Amino acid sequence: MALRMWASTTANALKISCATTKAPVFSLSRCFSTVLDGLKYAESHEWVKHEGPVATIGITDHAQDHLGEVVFVELPEPGGSVSKGKGFGAVESVKATSDVNSPISGEIVEVNSKLTETPGLINSSPYEGGWMIKVKPGSPSELESLMGPKEYTKFCEEEDASH
Amino acid sequence: MRGSLWQLGQSIIRRLSEADKKAVARRYFASEADLKKTVLYDFHVAHGGKMVPFAGWSMPIQYKDSIMDSTVNCRENGGMFDVSHMCGLSLKGKDSVSFLEKLVIADVAGLAPGTGTLTVFTNEKGGAIDDSVITKVKDDHIYLVVNAGCRDKDLAHIEEHMKAFKAKGGDVSWHIHDERSLLALQGPLAAPVLQHLTKDDLSKLYFGEFRILDINGATCFLTRTGYTGEDGFEISVPSENALDLAKAILEKSEGKVRLTGLGARDSLRLEAGLCLYGNDMEQHISPVEAGLTWAIGKRRRAEGGFLGAEVILKQLAEGPSIRRVGFTSTGPPPRSHSEIQDEKGNNIGEITSGGFSPCLKKNIAMGYVKSGLHKAGTKAKILVRGKAYDGVVTKMPFVPTKYYKPS
Repeated sequence: MALRMWASTTANALKISCATTKAPVFSLSRCFSTVLDGLKYAESHEWVKHEGPVATIGITDHAQDHLGEVVFVELPEPGGSVSKGKGFGAVESVKATSDVNSPISGEIVEVNSKLTETPGLINSSPYEGGWMIKVKPGSPSELESLMGPKEYTKFCEEEDASH
Repeated sequence: MRGSLWQLGQSIIRRLSEADKKAVARRYFASEADLKKTVLYDFHVAHGGKMVPFAGWSMPIQYKDSIMDSTVNCRENGGMFDVSHMCGLSLKGKDSVSFLEKLVIADVAGLAPGTGTLTVFTNEKGGAIDDSVITKVKDDHIYLVVNAGCRDKDLAHIEEHMKAFKAKGGDVSWHIHDERSLLALQGPLAAPVLQHLTKDDLSKLYFGEFRILDINGATCFLTRTGYTGEDGFEISVPSENALDLAKAILEKSEGKVRLTGLGARDSLRLEAGLCLYGNDMEQHISPVEAGLTWAIGKRRRAEGGFLGAEVILKQLAEGPSIRRVGFTSTGPPPRSHSEIQDEKGNNIGEITSGGFSPCLKKNIAMGYVKSGLHKAGTKAKILVRGKAYDGVVTKMPFVPTKYYKPS
């Protein structure tokens, strides 16, 4: 989930910093997000659940927590393909626009059309009702390069701590 | 990567390419230590404020509440904003009014003492240098507040013209109120809460009016104004009293008035159809194009006498070629720079601000379109990430304003 903060702000117009201060920005520890066992995680905060021939992809609890209320989800068409590390959709919250990257390559077999009507499922149920696409993996070995739950938890903690 | 208000505390840097990373480091990190803090900085942090760089200041973008909840709470109860980054300024001297009239479009002479208005500082081409709320305290004292991000250029602009004005014998001087902090208290509970902290009768102070009075034991400049569309106040308080006042306001409201950050402030002003300088108004946009014709005093329309008056008066006579309008739309929320097309796919303008309205639960935006296509109900397409979504020109404010006016 590559956060692309939207440009409609004074800050943009005024050419103000897009970098967070290292000091106590996010001074509150935000390490309460749920990370599920059995899933694989990408550094850009998407998860993959590989079951049988199909892998389900969504964004993590940590990601939705940082985004805030999701108000729109842009999904691809079924039948298309996704590539590892490349964007396949976007999630819009009140405060940000985020590209969502695919953690693996493959063919899109299904998209979660419920998100069109109820984008908030991403917030309320990031790992279940808020799934985004189902993919037939092109190269199952790609899954091995992703993080497991423990690694991802640590990754999130480090990312938060660096701010 | 564009600079942006929205900092989620996530590692954006991590996601940038190496080249970008270096560029960002050069541009931004070098100056991080220089970020200014308001006297309420520790108070914000203690209340869970997420501090972000904004116009050279470290400011809270939100607190523990989500931006959605925070926006709605301001309209249902009340919100308190630290806007001390904004620049308060007093012009003094018997020629203050005639001096200021050279720089702004308002009929300053026509303002009754103790009243104010929104105005625009214009340049020679009729474009907007900044917008500002000005108040005529007395005939020889004007109080105004300019945008934090425009402070340096505004002050340079004012100073340059002031020198020339004084050289010709004009009597005007300025005082920059860096000894003061500025709190905005907005929403239906603003007046009842503030009334607990002052003996002055606030029911006699209407929208746009100004008073110097004692609040919570300190001499404050109080303006019944704001940037949310709600009834409310901006309170200029001596900085040494700002923390006590902020605490007192929260306490008197019994927790209903909440600290509210820049994120909700942006949603609130967009819902109220108010311009954000730098987005919806810029150097090349005139007040007429921006829909602020109402702010050009009648006398000023007849006499001119402000920078860029020829251009602006011509636009008034002939109509501007572009106009700021509101939009509602389907699909993802339009953002600044989203292209606007007519139904045939021809470019007709650009969005300057947009987002999801927390109170209306739908997309709202404002932008500029060619004149003739500006009427409410006009259908358009708004492009977001290459896809066209349905939009319709919609009258602003999107959420009705609730200014306190004499009935």
